[in-house]
Amino acid sequence: MPRFGMVIDTLKCVGCMDCVVACQTENDVPFGHCRDWIVTETRGEFPNLSLEIRSERCNHCDNPPCVTCCPTGASHVEGFGKTVQVTAEKCIGCKACLAACPYGARFVHPDGYADKCTFCLHRVKEGKDPACVSVCPTHCMVFGDLDDPKSAVSQLLKSRKHHTILPEAGTKPRVFYLT
Amino acid sequence: MIEITTTRHNPLVDPVLSVWSWEIPVYLFFGGMIAGMMILAGINMLKLAKGERAESFYSVQTPLLGFILMNLGMGALFLDLAHKLYVYRVYMAFEPHSPMSWGSWVLLLVYPVILVSALIRLPQAWPWLGERAPVLQRLSDAIVASPGKVKLLGILNIGLGIGLGIYTGILLSTMVARPLWNSAILGPLFLVSGLSAAAAMVHLTASLVPGHPAPRSFLGGAFAMLVQPLGERPPEPRTADGLVKADLAFLAVELVLIGLLFIGLASSSASHVAAIDLLTSGKYATIFWWVVIVAGILVPLALQWLELGHRIPHTILPALLVLAGGFALRWVMVGAGQASHMIAATGM
Repeated sequence: MPRFGMVIDTLKCVGCMDCVVACQTENDVPFGHCRDWIVTETRGEFPNLSLEIRSERCNHCDNPPCVTCCPTGASHVEGFGKTVQVTAEKCIGCKACLAACPYGARFVHPDGYADKCTFCLHRVKEGKDPACVSVCPTHCMVFGDLDDPKSAVSQLLKSRKHHTILPEAGTKPRVFYLT
Repeated sequence: MIEITTTRHNPLVDPVLSVWSWEIPVYLFFGGMIAGMMILAGINMLKLAKGERAESFYSVQTPLLGFILMNLGMGALFLDLAHKLYVYRVYMAFEPHSPMSWGSWVLLLVYPVILVSALIRLPQAWPWLGERAPVLQRLSDAIVASPGKVKLLGILNIGLGIGLGIYTGILLSTMVARPLWNSAILGPLFLVSGLSAAAAMVHLTASLVPGHPAPRSFLGGAFAMLVQPLGERPPEPRTADGLVKADLAFLAVELVLIGLLFIGLASSSASHVAAIDLLTSGKYATIFWWVVIVAGILVPLALQWLELGHRIPHTILPALLVLAGGFALRWVMVGAGQASHMIAATGM
């Protein structure tokens, strides 16, 4: 059984937001909300500055606090790909998962249930890449099975320096950023 | 220097998490107070089962008021839900790792226990109900006549009260993403604050509502349960002193627990230090120090101390202040807790 993850090359990402638009179109994300977004982080003191542009989304953590706090099991780890998903019909809209997520990756859908990135599981089941990955003009995003040592994501993580967001939260994120 | 810009703009999440408004502090406040009432009532039920005189107690009469407050709290919780039609889903599953799931099931157990507990005082508190529903009257008689049943009810009240009171704090403290809540102190703190609010509520209503004869109206009858003795006689004056003494102890312990919460967070990671700054100098500092600490704890401590020494007369002011402080504590912790967030120790 695969364990899906995503690798994003920050040296290639230009923050064009194609991934954001593709996600909103593919998943009919309600107006005024977003499942993925662009973060620009500048560090240092002038003139010694460094810049990182990241396409961020739900990290589909191996230790997801949004799943452990859910009182109904609506937030769950899907068997296929071990991704974190939400069953809208089970969600009561208590918003505990929004408070529990260190990444602010979730929002309340106007229909009342918690919503977030699904890694486009409906596309992945058809053998396609997630919408954001498929439209990236710089090919900075790679999606695949982290448990398969021969997959592109595993090879990139083996060969390139990388980091995750807030690893100190102990959530074991599965979206990696190459630096 | 670290400068972060984001294109994310999700309502209730950006720029600061604010998913829980007034409903959750109300729910936590009532939940804590009901838990406190159950524990106080449970202790008195155990004394009652041992044969102590019923006139010595106020709190044994609290269950029905607890039931009403519980419905108000649950109503606030329901208003907070964004997917209201699916609320029944909570009781279609038990998620052992979710404090909210535990709390939901504990609440389901609390309801019948406080209702059965209320039957102890049925003839005096709601005489019209006993007359119209003889089966309730018979149940009431059977419970009161059996010390074993009263003892069992007492144990259930204490056990569920402790569970409910601690749950209101644990619900928040398990969320690693909110550093202000990351403390095991929060459960005991909310429990003790709930006990303090319960003692204040009993004291307040005992002062405001005449105890005898029992009002025959729905709400009046419920409030009268706070002040109706088990017999025909009114409570003894020393009972009020007992409540004040208990509240003094609860307030003192609450103050110590808040101190420990501060020490724990202030000596922890950068995220936790930044979180405690929200209470020491941030936008929540004024209400925390002046309403929670000064008006809600220190002033009632001083006033009740003077009352016990008979240097000033008994008034309802300390009880009002304790209730206001208890609610403000939940308000501040829920608001500031959401505003607290993890600070990246590592980056690009």
